[in-house]
Amino acid sequence: MRAQFVLSEIGVGLRRNLTMTIAVVVSVALSLALAGASLLVRDQVNSMKGYWYDKVEVSIYFCTKADAKTAPQCAAGAATDDQIAAVKTALDKMPLVKTSTFETQAEAYKQWKNMDPDNALVSVTPADAIPSSWRVKLNDPTRFDIIQSAFAGKPGIREVEDQRQILENLFGLLNGLQTAAFVIMVMMLSVALLLIVNTVRVSAFSRRRETGIMRLVGASNFYVQMPFIAEAAFAALLGAVMASGLLLIGNYGVQHWLANKVQFIHFIGLSSVLQVIPLLIVAGMVMAAIAAFLTLRKYLKV
Amino acid sequence: MIRFDNVSKTYPKQNRPALSDVSLEIEKGEFVFLVGSSGSGKSTFLRLTLREERPSTGEVHVMGKDLGKLSNWKVPHMRRQLGCVFQDFRLLPNKTVAQNVAFALEVIGKPKSAINKVVPEVLDLVGLGGKEDRMPGELSGGEQQRVAIARAFVNRPMLLIADEPTGNLDPQNSVGIMKLLDRINRTGTTVLMATHDQAIVDQMRKRVIELDKGLLVRDQARGVYGYQH
Repeated sequence: MRAQFVLSEIGVGLRRNLTMTIAVVVSVALSLALAGASLLVRDQVNSMKGYWYDKVEVSIYFCTKADAKTAPQCAAGAATDDQIAAVKTALDKMPLVKTSTFETQAEAYKQWKNMDPDNALVSVTPADAIPSSWRVKLNDPTRFDIIQSAFAGKPGIREVEDQRQILENLFGLLNGLQTAAFVIMVMMLSVALLLIVNTVRVSAFSRRRETGIMRLVGASNFYVQMPFIAEAAFAALLGAVMASGLLLIGNYGVQHWLANKVQFIHFIGLSSVLQVIPLLIVAGMVMAAIAAFLTLRKYLKV
Repeated sequence: MIRFDNVSKTYPKQNRPALSDVSLEIEKGEFVFLVGSSGSGKSTFLRLTLREERPSTGEVHVMGKDLGKLSNWKVPHMRRQLGCVFQDFRLLPNKTVAQNVAFALEVIGKPKSAINKVVPEVLDLVGLGGKEDRMPGELSGGEQQRVAIARAFVNRPMLLIADEPTGNLDPQNSVGIMKLLDRINRTGTTVLMATHDQAIVDQMRKRVIELDKGLLVRDQARGVYGYQH
């Protein structure tokens, strides 16, 4: 196969079909950018899960004197030291538990006060109204249910709380965004594929004289079809490059604007984007080539 | 070179077969006219020979190969060994004479050095030496057909198939084309030519095969166009 011949054919084909080529490039760019964004949001969620799940704890709160009136499970009054020690013994026996630390009522009160010193409640809340607790780190943060069923409702325990629940809302939102990006991507992608099919069809029709002669003089199917397939793949390559540009711009925006506004989230960076880009380029070109090939089987008979 | 064994061809949604139980053999080096009115089956005969169609029944052998058993991917290779010329020339209007001939070699992957060598040779052979850089639109019909013949012959095929090559030409140009085909035939290439041109057939006195409504009605060595009673 003579590369020069094929390249000149591609150039001629793309220019002849300029408007269609632009439509293909733009739709491929948008669908690939959405595909990339969807992948990156997933990476972001995973990275945040890894980061936060290390930090989140399960808290086992004990009854205080004040709880005796308000919470039925604490009717017996404040938790005894024996009850607190019994929980510790049980926790130490569980393989799921990584570490557990005790927070006394005084410590908890101090922390709460420091966190929000201006709150009017601080001055009227006595130190012993804040519960003491075991702060438990789990080897697998998703297995909260085991701790929950082991301790909830036991004597002296007011509540078993999973901090992870707070994060789940955020992750839910991000997953929703990812799904939305994916759905739009699928729709854009079908538009892109239909455009490729149509472009190849028009291209095959406008070059039927050349291809007719090629078949006549015995050019192999590969040689006849190659310019069309390469044309579609090249348009997809342009689209993929454009999509990569969009992702890089998006990444710049996140790093330089969003990261300043939302400081508690650790954003995935350039390296993740650079990992996604080659994937988009390959996927885009392969899909376009396959679409072109299947179209040619129908419109370019031997 | 070409052998038809009881070949019939019925196109889908057609009652009458386009070709009906045709058996004949064309030897290597022959010059054969294929005559008959429109719809007699001439085109079907040529399309079967080129394997653009497959027979409904019977066997078509071309250059020793049973075309019915030839798999699709081998068809291009088979077509490289024969040349084709048509009434409408089928040249690329945006390429020069030399580029048109070279195109046939480029698309089968011939190296540039070989192309640069054989294209001028074959253009000299068909009498177009010096017109390499002209566009097809600047040439007369006869000259355009010479370009087409050059393109068909540039691979030195064993078989040249011509479908009414003089159909668009005036008598004077037609004679020139026939002389050229005769010269190609003398190099050993088998020539199969479908035609309506009575004067040419009568003048050449070659083998004549006549089809009528799909039937082989005459196969005559050194024949003429019309019936001999």
